[in-house]
Amino acid sequence: MNNSYLIKTEHIKKIYPMGLTTLIALDDINLTFKKGEFAGLVGPSGSGKTTLLNIIGALDSPSEGSAEVLGKKVETLSHRSAAHLRNWYIGFIFQTFNLLPVYTVFENVEFPLLLQNIPSPKRKKLVMEALEWVGLADRANSKPAHLSGGESQRVAIARAIVKKPELVLADEPTANLDAENSHHIMRTMVQLNEELKITFIFATHDEKVMRYLKRKISLNDGKVEKDEIFELEVKK
Amino acid sequence: MIKFLIKGLMRDRSRSLFPVLTVFAGVFLAVFLYSYINGVVSDMLKMTAHYQTGHLRIMTQAYAKEINQNPNDLALIGVNELLQKLNKKYPQMIWTPRIKFGGLLDIPDENRETKIQSPVIGIAVNLISKSSPEYKLLNIKSAIISGHIPNNPGEILIADEFAKKLNVGPGDTATLISSTMYGSMTMVNLKIAGTVYFGITAMDRSAIFTDISDIQSALDMQDAAGEILGFFPDDIYHDEQATLIASSFNEEFKNPEDKFSPQMGTLPKESGLSDYLATINSMSIVIIAIFIVTMSIVLWNAGLMGSLRRYGEIGVRLAIGENKGHIYRTLILESMIIGIFGSILGTLAGTGIAYLIQVYGLDMSFLFKKSSLMIPNELRARVTSGSFVIGFIPGIFSTVLGTSIAGIGIYKRQTSQLFKELEV
Ligand SMILES: Nc1ncnc2c1ncn2[C@@H]1O[C@H](COP(=O)(O)OP(=O)(O)OP(=O)(O)O)[C@@H](O)[C@H]1O
Ligand SMILES: [Mg+2]
Repeated sequence: MNNSYLIKTEHIKKIYPMGLTTLIALDDINLTFKKGEFAGLVGPSGSGKTTLLNIIGALDSPSEGSAEVLGKKVETLSHRSAAHLRNWYIGFIFQTFNLLPVYTVFENVEFPLLLQNIPSPKRKKLVMEALEWVGLADRANSKPAHLSGGESQRVAIARAIVKKPELVLADEPTANLDAENSHHIMRTMVQLNEELKITFIFATHDEKVMRYLKRKISLNDGKVEKDEIFELEVKK
Repeated sequence: MIKFLIKGLMRDRSRSLFPVLTVFAGVFLAVFLYSYINGVVSDMLKMTAHYQTGHLRIMTQAYAKEINQNPNDLALIGVNELLQKLNKKYPQMIWTPRIKFGGLLDIPDENRETKIQSPVIGIAVNLISKSSPEYKLLNIKSAIISGHIPNNPGEILIADEFAKKLNVGPGDTATLISSTMYGSMTMVNLKIAGTVYFGITAMDRSAIFTDISDIQSALDMQDAAGEILGFFPDDIYHDEQATLIASSFNEEFKNPEDKFSPQMGTLPKESGLSDYLATINSMSIVIIAIFIVTMSIVLWNAGLMGSLRRYGEIGVRLAIGENKGHIYRTLILESMIIGIFGSILGTLAGTGIAYLIQVYGLDMSFLFKKSSLMIPNELRARVTSGSFVIGFIPGIFSTVLGTSIAGIGIYKRQTSQLFKELEV
């Protein structure tokens, strides 16, 4: 892997057919992200934030151009290799938490490790570590239905980081949370970023999230409008 | 991972309960129906074997050709020697000679003049000997309505209805008028020991059971018999063995040139039921096929609803890094767990209830009071190893098939598309 960047997109275009015409969701996106970044894609609804995040997460591939993620060209990956990449190196956090309702908090966080065939004692250790990170070790046996929104999202964070990924992609993680919970979650993620050196990329239009970002990429109509980097000191 | 899946199934009833119930119901019906058909067929076979053909039957070729007329002039001779050979060569079978005959039964008044006369069909079997297998085969003891089992030569059993028609009962005498093996007329005086109920109209109207030695002497058939029947000791027809015995016997004894040489045939052939049995067999196959198709459709739909409901879950699992093949395989695995579970329950219930009906059938015979000779009152439904196979394999097969079809949707959809369902 090239040390200078974790992700590099070159002339990415994403085109959706819309009846007779087409919709250009992403238009010539050229971005690089370094290891350890805490960056956000911001912009109005429909600007292409989710689309770009999904391409970076190997869930979707660009119509044109190239996206290199952790040394792999997303557009060339087979379905299997893409799954492998996600399983080992990328964590996802969603707006709607998306915990598996029939499983306990512990089992939800454990799931990615099951896919990695990690033996049970080590799984247990990693899951409890992750739950401690988000401050929910005491809720390990609860069911998602019994958690508040903030707690659910913290479980989702634990699930994303339990496998010690290089990269976490978070699509509107605070959209369903109140201010207090939003701040709590952002602080947790800043900590994970600083202490575990996990790279975070957000898609958001939440002002609260933006205050924590160290880099803000503004999208509009599928194009990069602005790309700003902030010194942490300035924010504090 | 399996543990993980089982946990999911157990906790999410909609994922397990409905499919398990569907499989249960289907398997239950199939197993029950199969056992029931099995029971009816085996009852019928038993009856046919006991009264007509045995599991194996030996006659002369000439007798066989005209069997409907009870042609005793064409009967087997040298029966004792043949029986000895049979017992030596095939000791695993029970061999018993029988003579079927026709004639007139004449009931005399106190002046020994004919009071009433009626045509009669007779079955002569080994009645007197206490070790005779016929008691069990013909279910005689429980079929007796009045009187007793013949103890002495010259004693007979008569159909109860026939006896009433003739206005006779135990202790009365009757004269059988028939013709000997050589064609001359003969008369023999018989004593009615008891009356029986056959359960077959034709026989109840005009049949008698006599001891075979009485008839042998009356019809000039010393050391002769119309037929020798062979039975498996467990009273179940085993086709493979029977076929082997028959062909080895025929090789040794049957001479196509000599129409008085004996030939042996098996139950399906002798009874003409082979076509019927084949039909029953193919019917079972049709039943099972319908069962598989219907259940697969139901379970396919259930699987479709289930996986629609689970698109969210599937999307998350894809995002977490599970690949589609793995998800598909876990769905199949889940369906197998459901199939096995439903099939076990369905098979247990199906065979259980079929078994209860066996027992209940027995109770019925007590209710009817008059037990019949022809209808073996043991089994109505019959549980065999086949009953287990019939439910189990289709039960699992249809679940897996249904899920496989439903799960194809996962492959058809784009990852990002499945994933989008999350955002709704
Ligand atoms: N599968 C699709 N088919 C057609 N058009 C699509 C598809 N997915 C996204 N789009 C379109 O692409 C554009 C960008 O969508 P995207 O979801 O990336 O926007 P976004 O910035 O995430 O918006 P939001 O803030 O509302 O989440 C939108 O106009 C959207 O309608
Ligand atoms: Mg979006």
